[in-house]
Amino acid sequence: MLREPFAAGDSFLHRLDPRIRLAAAVVYSCAVAVCREFPALLSALVIAVALIALARLRAAEVFKRLLVVNGLVVFIWAVIPFTFPGEALFRLGPFTAAREGVALAAQITLKSNAIVIAFMALVATMPFATAGHALHRLRVPDKIVHLLLMTYRYIFVLEQEYLRLARAAAIRGFRPGTNLHTYRTYAYLVGMLFVKAIDRAERVRWAMLCRGFKRKFYSLHEFEASRGSVIFLIFISAAVLGIAALELGAVAW
Amino acid sequence: MTTTSPIIDLKGVSFGYPGGPLILRELDFTLLPEDRVGIIAPNGSGKTTLFLLIMGLLKPLSGRMQIFGKEVREEKGFTEVRRRIGLLFQDADDQLFSPTVLEDVAFGPLNLGKSKAEALAIARRTLDFLGLNGFEDRITFKLSGGEKRLVALATVLAMEPEVLLLDEPVNGLDTRTRTRLMEILLQLTIPFVLISHELDFLTATTMTIYTMADGRIRLDQELTLHQHVHAHPLGASPHEHSPTGAAPGDSSAHSVDKPC
Repeated sequence: MLREPFAAGDSFLHRLDPRIRLAAAVVYSCAVAVCREFPALLSALVIAVALIALARLRAAEVFKRLLVVNGLVVFIWAVIPFTFPGEALFRLGPFTAAREGVALAAQITLKSNAIVIAFMALVATMPFATAGHALHRLRVPDKIVHLLLMTYRYIFVLEQEYLRLARAAAIRGFRPGTNLHTYRTYAYLVGMLFVKAIDRAERVRWAMLCRGFKRKFYSLHEFEASRGSVIFLIFISAAVLGIAALELGAVAW
Repeated sequence: MTTTSPIIDLKGVSFGYPGGPLILRELDFTLLPEDRVGIIAPNGSGKTTLFLLIMGLLKPLSGRMQIFGKEVREEKGFTEVRRRIGLLFQDADDQLFSPTVLEDVAFGPLNLGKSKAEALAIARRTLDFLGLNGFEDRITFKLSGGEKRLVALATVLAMEPEVLLLDEPVNGLDTRTRTRLMEILLQLTIPFVLISHELDFLTATTMTIYTMADGRIRLDQELTLHQHVHAHPLGASPHEHSPTGAAPGDSSAHSVDKPC
């Protein structure tokens, strides 16, 4: 079951205007993504950790998610240092690690962790539906917002349908293995899922037509920028400017 | 037959999917104001198709459809029909697409051009009528099956329809939600057509019961008079059912159908 473990909470960040949180997350991630200097990246990571401390999320859940991200990062460390051309830093059997490669891998590690942590603190702390409405208020086009919300809505239904099909296969003794029968069964399963999704889409469209849908969505949400939100906005802007300054070498480390 | 003009009047309507057999064959169907019609028929006999045709979601191959006294053919005519007839889908998941309950219920009124405040007021009132207070901010896809069904009904009723079409509303409901739905239906003042496989439920909520066979609707008196399959506490011991009300020890009311 898909869950939103971080969305419930009552920290300062949870109460912040979702629009400001989303905007802050986007600006912060873009800034961090283009950084190359380690002082800038390290301070970005510190800011992200400070944010997540502010959000008071359950540490175990946070680490579980970081584990997923860093699972991918491990692959980067396994490949990039040894395939990047440059000055040799150390040798591992027949492989030579380049200084530039190690630096790049380290940058990627810092960036991905900083961005994921910041997103957990700023975006995962609101229900997905709220995020959709906040995006709408931030003038993201209607179609994109509703594509997002509808996708999220029906992922659950698709998941349930997948589980139903998988169970149907399991109770008839299906055990996945490395053979043609397994591949065929999975192909049928995925195919059925697509067919069902198309059927479902049609029925949802009908339901919407029945309720007078005229290709326009209305948002019932009103957001209010509190004083805390404004202070936060100033703080996060300063932080991003600081990162930029470090990146551009305007401030000595 | 009374002299009042029918709300829905279908004459010789046929429908089949391209390349497939006819599902509805020269079907005639009339719904009068204040009618409460039940339809009980085997799977695949075209009950749902009939509803989809009435709402203009499928187009008949031939035949004539008059709804609210006007002949409807094109999409434009059906926009009006959809505003005035509410269809409760078989699968509530098809009907609830907004993230929260309140938004979903307000979706219809907003589409009808109501202001945000009006739409919210209607939505709250409808939820209240169905006993769903406190559900406003619940996430639609995390509701239980029974809750989903009632919220789906709320989204339909919020449109303030003049007629209701209910496609197997009791399917998969537990006894409690079933009873609640029955009470709600009995409180409604608008005519409705109800598809169900449960004769008990139909006899309790509707006045006339039709069946479908060979792509047509027919009034099957034999069926309505004899098939009384039901269960209740102490059902195994010999007991009598009074012709007008519930049997002793039987909590669910099931009256004998009027021969029409």
